[in-house]
Amino acid sequence: MGEKGEYNLSIAKSIMVEIDRMDIKKLSECKVAMIGITKRFPGVLANDKVNLYVKEGEIHAIVGENGAGKTTLMKQLYGLIKLDSGTIFMNGKKIVINTPGDAILNGIGMVHQHFMLVPPLTVAENIVLGMEPVKGIVFDINKAREDVKELSEKYALHVDPDVKIEDISVGMQQRVEILKTLYRGADLLILDEPTAVLTPQETEELFTVMKSLKKQGKTIIFITHKLNEVMAITDYVTVMRLGKVTGRVNTKDTNPNELARMMVGRNVLLRVNKKPPHFGKKIFEIKDLWVKDNRNLDAVKGLSLQIRKGEILGIAGVAGNGQSELVEAITGLRRAEAGKIVFDGMNITNWTPKQVRKAGIAHVTEDRLKYGLIVKYPISYNFILAHYDEVPYSNGGFLNFNTINTKADKLIKEFDVRTPSRDVLVGALSGGNQQKVIVAREFYFTPKFAVVAQPTRGLDIGAIEFIHNKILEMRDKGIGMLLVSMELEEIFSLSDRIAVMYEGEIMGIVKPEETTVETVGLMMAGARLTEIKADDSRYEEKDV
Amino acid sequence: MNWLIAISNILINPIFYKSMLNNATPLIFASLGGTYSETTGVVNIALEGIMLAGAFASVVFTYITGSPWIGVLMAMYVGGAMGMLHALASVKYKGDQIVSGTALILLSQGITGFLLQRIFGEPGSSELVKTLPTWNIEIFRRIPFIGSIIGNLSPLVYIAFICVILSHFLIFKTKLGLRMRAVGENPEAADTLGINVYNVRYFGVIMSGVLASLGGAFLSVGELGQFTENMSNGRGFIALAAMIFGNWKPFGAMWASLLFGMAESFSYQIQTQSILRLPPEIKYLFLMIPFVLTLVVVAGFVGKTRSPASDGIPYEKE
Repeated sequence: MGEKGEYNLSIAKSIMVEIDRMDIKKLSECKVAMIGITKRFPGVLANDKVNLYVKEGEIHAIVGENGAGKTTLMKQLYGLIKLDSGTIFMNGKKIVINTPGDAILNGIGMVHQHFMLVPPLTVAENIVLGMEPVKGIVFDINKAREDVKELSEKYALHVDPDVKIEDISVGMQQRVEILKTLYRGADLLILDEPTAVLTPQETEELFTVMKSLKKQGKTIIFITHKLNEVMAITDYVTVMRLGKVTGRVNTKDTNPNELARMMVGRNVLLRVNKKPPHFGKKIFEIKDLWVKDNRNLDAVKGLSLQIRKGEILGIAGVAGNGQSELVEAITGLRRAEAGKIVFDGMNITNWTPKQVRKAGIAHVTEDRLKYGLIVKYPISYNFILAHYDEVPYSNGGFLNFNTINTKADKLIKEFDVRTPSRDVLVGALSGGNQQKVIVAREFYFTPKFAVVAQPTRGLDIGAIEFIHNKILEMRDKGIGMLLVSMELEEIFSLSDRIAVMYEGEIMGIVKPEETTVETVGLMMAGARLTEIKADDSRYEEKDV
Repeated sequence: MNWLIAISNILINPIFYKSMLNNATPLIFASLGGTYSETTGVVNIALEGIMLAGAFASVVFTYITGSPWIGVLMAMYVGGAMGMLHALASVKYKGDQIVSGTALILLSQGITGFLLQRIFGEPGSSELVKTLPTWNIEIFRRIPFIGSIIGNLSPLVYIAFICVILSHFLIFKTKLGLRMRAVGENPEAADTLGINVYNVRYFGVIMSGVLASLGGAFLSVGELGQFTENMSNGRGFIALAAMIFGNWKPFGAMWASLLFGMAESFSYQIQTQSILRLPPEIKYLFLMIPFVLTLVVVAGFVGKTRSPASDGIPYEKE
């Protein structure tokens, strides 16, 4: 061990001693403290001696990349996962939590990243489920309804108790989730990535709710990886990386760059470097496209757009507003009911996926495991999925393994896929490397146009950086691109123009440098650009 | 013309309706059973086998004790035990529900066939045993026409309809019912609220066994007073179709069962109409009517009804 290593070790030791000293004093003033939490899944150490201290009445952020162990830690606190070792203290007393029931009894409530609601049941039924009021042996729905009304007034979380969950918006569903915890008397709320599914305006509303809950004495643990949200709403931050706590800091004493460094373990560029665009002529056009979803309802309603060579058109919008159906219609996976899709002068409407590909359109699929890859195939096979039947990869019906293997090695190197060999099954790679395999496959065969959906969902910052750079590289080579993403930041940093989709229609098309997140947010919630502009000018007139 | 006369002859005869009720009863029990199981999210195609076991058990215990009621009780017990087996395989051990159900059907066919020979000494059918005495219900009997349909039936027929009402109440008006529906739709959500998903599913599957076996008991000690090999004869599957057609609701299952019961009744009655002068072998075609109807219903309505979202998917805790 070199001099530097010893130096690091001594720092680590001193930190450990400091933490030990803090323990005793801190425990008594903590709402909840988790000490020495270790959780091992097959092949992964998800939590490694994690200590967490949350003070009463604070909004406490836990930040970290995907796979850092935030959710695992919280699931142990809520009794959804049993802990291997470690102790939980609440209000200074040691408690044991084996089931969610135990957590509820201790006043802990959790709002999960994927909502835990029963869609065909009503709001009131969902809220009281598990603690139902009864009259004799009958479930007392009237009492449930009154309780919910009372609760929603007390916390200013307005909901209609009688509508079914499947009929209300995501933001409203989240309120129901919060009310569920409050109905059970929770005074410690865990919110797991609550803003991931919300529009910017809904996020603002959520923050207002969080502040008012804090005022009423509730303690909130807020899990996120969005650093601006941490800065906006929290009091204290615990940073996690690879299962360990890598930082604890008062929010007011830190900044996004420092937090990012603690999250990733190195300096990161939070913005991509985008070169000025060189647009060519129009390569892709959609005219009045209509597409239906699986329930046979209109999902895309008369959508039109145009994309030039060397241009990235970003589609922003809350999930489920027809983006998936649009992508599937373009790539031949779903039938277009009406309208026209024109690519490079050809009408490619309702072509088969294979025809679309041969014409020169690449497709980075939204769900990499479901549509993008065959997880039980090795990397080398996944590279040729679209070209296995072409020379030189096969000849007369037989695969040509030499070419396939050479190609695989080349792509692995060029796209920095971290794998011991080309024969590793794709399912065994990390999410980031899986995505690199897809991007390599789609971009290597030099398409003329690319449909890129959710290219960085669930990836860590390093992989995001890499894939963003690849996308921009393609754009600078003159390839037109349709980018669909739920991440506004991604849309803003990559797109040359942003089209906002709401309920199957485009609310407006703007340039990222000429617009604001607020404007795009309003469009995501259903306002048309023309209406927003009209409103703005009215205000301006008033000012004058 | 002859057909019109034949059909109206059937429709004005109370026997047609009485036979409809009798044919519908085993289907009502079994489709209610299916509703219980699938409401909690477990597909139970073993209904066919459980009915068979119920039919057999009730005959055997009636034969031993001389009391058909004890036979019925033991059938329920055996049905519950088979439900338990299905629950063990598919809830606890998270096995494939179709495979487990198929295994139970084959198991039931094998064991009843084997025990039939062992106990009664010959293959094919059992000795005749006492049937459940029919109930005379005076208030019903006094109603003209209707009285001759519903005034004097096997007690299990009345019990079937009472079970429909009780099941509707249980599933839609009680705490347990709310939890059953929640578990069938989104078990993870129920789990996070402290509801024991496994216990609720055990309840649903065991209840489905108990009810299906009642349907089987009706076939043997309710109607015939005898067990014959493979006497459930596809009714378990028709009951599944009735459950789907009934949109996984007790009353829906009842109406669908009545429709299938009517089809079966019609297929028998039409053969008795001498005015049509039908060749005797045509009866085989008519016997297909309920199954053809099943096919039409399943193909035509499956997309329009809505199954519980987690139906058939084992729940695994992390």
